[in-house]
Amino acid sequence: MVENGRRRRVRGILWYFFGSLMALCTVYPFLWMIGTSFKETTEIYARPLNLIPLAFTTENYRNIMETVPFFLYFLNSFILAAAGVMTNVFLGALAGYGFAKLKFRGRKTLFRILLSSMMLPGIVTMVPLFVVLRRFPFFGGNNWMGMGGKGMINTFWAIILPGACGTYAVFFMKQFFETLPTELAEAARIDGAGEFRIFWQVYLPLIKPAAMTLGIMTFQSGWNNFMWPLIVLNDPNKYTIQIGLSLFKTNYSTNYGAMMGGTVIAMLPVIILFVFAQRYFVEGIAFSGSKN
Amino acid sequence: MEMPLNGRKRRHGLNGNQNLMGWLFVAPPVILFACFTLIPMVMAVIFSFSSYDIINPPRLIGLKNYERILTDQFFHIALRNTVFYTVLYVPLGLILALATALFLNSKRRMVTLYRTMFYMPVLSSAVANATMWSWIYNPKMGLLNGVLALLGIQGPSWLNDSSTAMYAIVIMSLWGGYAGNMMIFLAALKGVPAHYHESAVLDGANAWQRFIYITVPSIQKTTFFVSTMLIIGTFQVFDAAYLLTSGGPGNATITVVYYIYNRAFKDLKMGYASALSLCLFVIIFVFSAINMRINRTEEV
Repeated sequence: MVENGRRRRVRGILWYFFGSLMALCTVYPFLWMIGTSFKETTEIYARPLNLIPLAFTTENYRNIMETVPFFLYFLNSFILAAAGVMTNVFLGALAGYGFAKLKFRGRKTLFRILLSSMMLPGIVTMVPLFVVLRRFPFFGGNNWMGMGGKGMINTFWAIILPGACGTYAVFFMKQFFETLPTELAEAARIDGAGEFRIFWQVYLPLIKPAAMTLGIMTFQSGWNNFMWPLIVLNDPNKYTIQIGLSLFKTNYSTNYGAMMGGTVIAMLPVIILFVFAQRYFVEGIAFSGSKN
Repeated sequence: MEMPLNGRKRRHGLNGNQNLMGWLFVAPPVILFACFTLIPMVMAVIFSFSSYDIINPPRLIGLKNYERILTDQFFHIALRNTVFYTVLYVPLGLILALATALFLNSKRRMVTLYRTMFYMPVLSSAVANATMWSWIYNPKMGLLNGVLALLGIQGPSWLNDSSTAMYAIVIMSLWGGYAGNMMIFLAALKGVPAHYHESAVLDGANAWQRFIYITVPSIQKTTFFVSTMLIIGTFQVFDAAYLLTSGGPGNATITVVYYIYNRAFKDLKMGYASALSLCLFVIIFVFSAINMRINRTEEV
């Protein structure tokens, strides 16, 4: 018995040791980055490994705000991420409800086609999608043949429209609506309510937690999105914060203080969201694994 | 609820207009799918047989693009780098995610705190990770070589050395991405009924045997899902290589998607880039199929 208890204690200590070591690996770089962002340039070079600055300064933050229009980029990113949240939550709920609760012909086939597109590597459509957006009729100076202008290239539409209702959003919402009883709709139908009113007044208020989870997941991916905005935006006034930060990294690769300050700013919204709504992050991730 | 005594509704019956309404409800994603996935897919195939610079209309050139791929040295380098990255990343990413999930599947105190801390890197963007790690990888002042020096190891110059640059990208990507899969595994582990383990303990099975004979079969679907998504994702690696090393030093970290990006949007060779994209798609498909085979045989 004594032997058993001792073994358990050793295992407990090992567990905490491993956990702390791993947590150190994942969290320490962030702390070190924040520390660096508040150091004076001389100290960054003289004592690079120090976590806490000897002389605390906000010079790096002022520096990056002056070199790049970081506030504008911040705003652009926010508009894009917020638009993505609104369209995905609303259209995702609409379609998810349609697939879960309405009986129409071709429902299963249609859903299966949408679902299989989730496995399609994005690279297949990357090049032609750019062409589709550039040749989009009646947009950005284009005629009905899609000629003459630049279409949606260099506008926020090029990011908002293709991502307005991801398959993930539809699938996520469908699964959630399926857990709600169908009797509610039937009762409302007998009362003579139209299908859209049933969705809007009866079901939509019930999916707030799912909408929160989906909204947060969408915000994070929209905020952190890099490659597609890099491809379709080339007007510096429309850059996102991720593009702005990457340009700063290329142009001022030795100004580590300002670079770390910019990184802190770019990470802030998602970190704040995570602190206040951690539960939804966990649910969202767990869900994405359950779709197999 | 108010009751508009609308005769029209009655005539349609209870399910009368669901057929039309159903289509209206699902129309937005279906239209978006048609415009931004289906049409581009068809276009990709057509472009791959054409010469197209976006400004002038595409011109059909038969199989020339595909012939060129066979002798394109840069593509071969990019493909070799990408396969190297994938072969390193997929198993390590799987093991790391599963190991940490097993670790967190415990009832000790601090589990929630550890889970939160492990998850932190997933929150930051590819750009933020790259700026942070370019500082961590700094040969003289960086955190990594600083820690290695404490252990008495002289660290390499990571990003400036073509023999270590790809490892640096793998380490950064693992750090930034493993915890998402960890959460997925954790959810799967929570779904394994506790009495399986309890009865196995009574039968005298040790921890390793329980892992092999209970845990592994129970979470097989999740393992298959995670590994498939890892394969699809790693073959398309772009952000890390573009941001951390810009494909260098030399061409040591140029990846296939990075190469396609350059061909398409720097040289405006849309036709050739489409052909390259379809080749990568076939490669991903083959590797996913192999992965499926491996998971199937384990089942038997």
